[in-house]
Amino acid sequence: MSVVEHHGLDLSPRISEAEVGDYIALLKPRVMSLVIFTALVGLVIAPGHFHPVMAFTSLLCIAVGAGASGALNMWYESDVDALMTRTANRPIPRGRVTRPEALAFALTLAFFSVMTLGILVNWLAGGLLAFTIAFYVVIYTMVLKRWTAQNIVIGGAAGALPPVVAWAAATGSLSVEPLLLFLIIFFWTPPHFWALALFRSDDYARAGIPMLPVVAGPDVTRLQILLYTLVLVAVAVSPWPLGYFDAIYGITSLVLGAGMLVLAFEVYRHREGSLALRATRRLFAFSILYLFGLFATLLLEVVVRAAIPLIW
Amino acid sequence: MENEPKPEGIVLTEAQKKRRRERSIAIALALGVLVALFFAVTIVKGPAVLVRPM
Repeated sequence: MSVVEHHGLDLSPRISEAEVGDYIALLKPRVMSLVIFTALVGLVIAPGHFHPVMAFTSLLCIAVGAGASGALNMWYESDVDALMTRTANRPIPRGRVTRPEALAFALTLAFFSVMTLGILVNWLAGGLLAFTIAFYVVIYTMVLKRWTAQNIVIGGAAGALPPVVAWAAATGSLSVEPLLLFLIIFFWTPPHFWALALFRSDDYARAGIPMLPVVAGPDVTRLQILLYTLVLVAVAVSPWPLGYFDAIYGITSLVLGAGMLVLAFEVYRHREGSLALRATRRLFAFSILYLFGLFATLLLEVVVRAAIPLIW
Repeated sequence: MENEPKPEGIVLTEAQKKRRRERSIAIALALGVLVALFFAVTIVKGPAVLVRPM
């Protein structure tokens, strides 16, 4: 009897069935698109001239770094991903990519994104990108996510860093403006993810992830969403009176912030039935529009300001 | 042909061959982009490419 039969082990090499699309899915393209957009705004609002080739290089490295973080997250989380409806179709739980393949892919991308950004642009940006990847993977995914209900509050810092990395790439330094962008995304994360967690709490409970609705209940989560939304709106408007961003941004921020507050209050008010579910879904959807609207306004301001002298 | 010898070892199916080829092309493209990027930045920076700000 051979060793293979004796131990029931299959030592034949596994032939990969993975398509290119499976590896792209590992990069979390939707998260990546938000990272690219916020990083683009960080690049565009940075002072001074930044050559388009350097800007493209920076954005590409930040995007690939974000993708590597997503792939490392999927590598580590594949056991719980298999238990949740939202994530069961990801490449690892589906059996298209193995965990070692995903790990090798992610580490390669992380290494090349950080080194390329450091060598071609500057090491402040490269270092910040390395810190962002490490924070997301080690602090958020490995430590916080399965340990505390404050996982997405602290872990949100990783998602808030791309505009800071982009600013550092463009200027070689840090300033108040990118930190304001950081704070906006940081305080946006809890209401956004807790709205999602409210209508996916069964999924999280099955997977044993201590999201706030699972641990503290939906009512506490609703109150926390409202409180964080109040802070978020105040933080998002503050760059206008402080003189960092223009009135167009300030007014847009006020209008969109009013929308966020109304929807957060609706989530707080409706606690049961279809009205409650609809309120949380609406807040979740609008929160994406809110962040996109704020950053798009900043982008538009810079583009318009640059275009006016050309037109006149 | 009936007399053709059966290949030894692992034989990939057509689908596996197609996917392996697609993955190989994707890796080649990624490497190509990396080379093009380093070339473009070298041209843009000129002699300053040797300056490495920390």
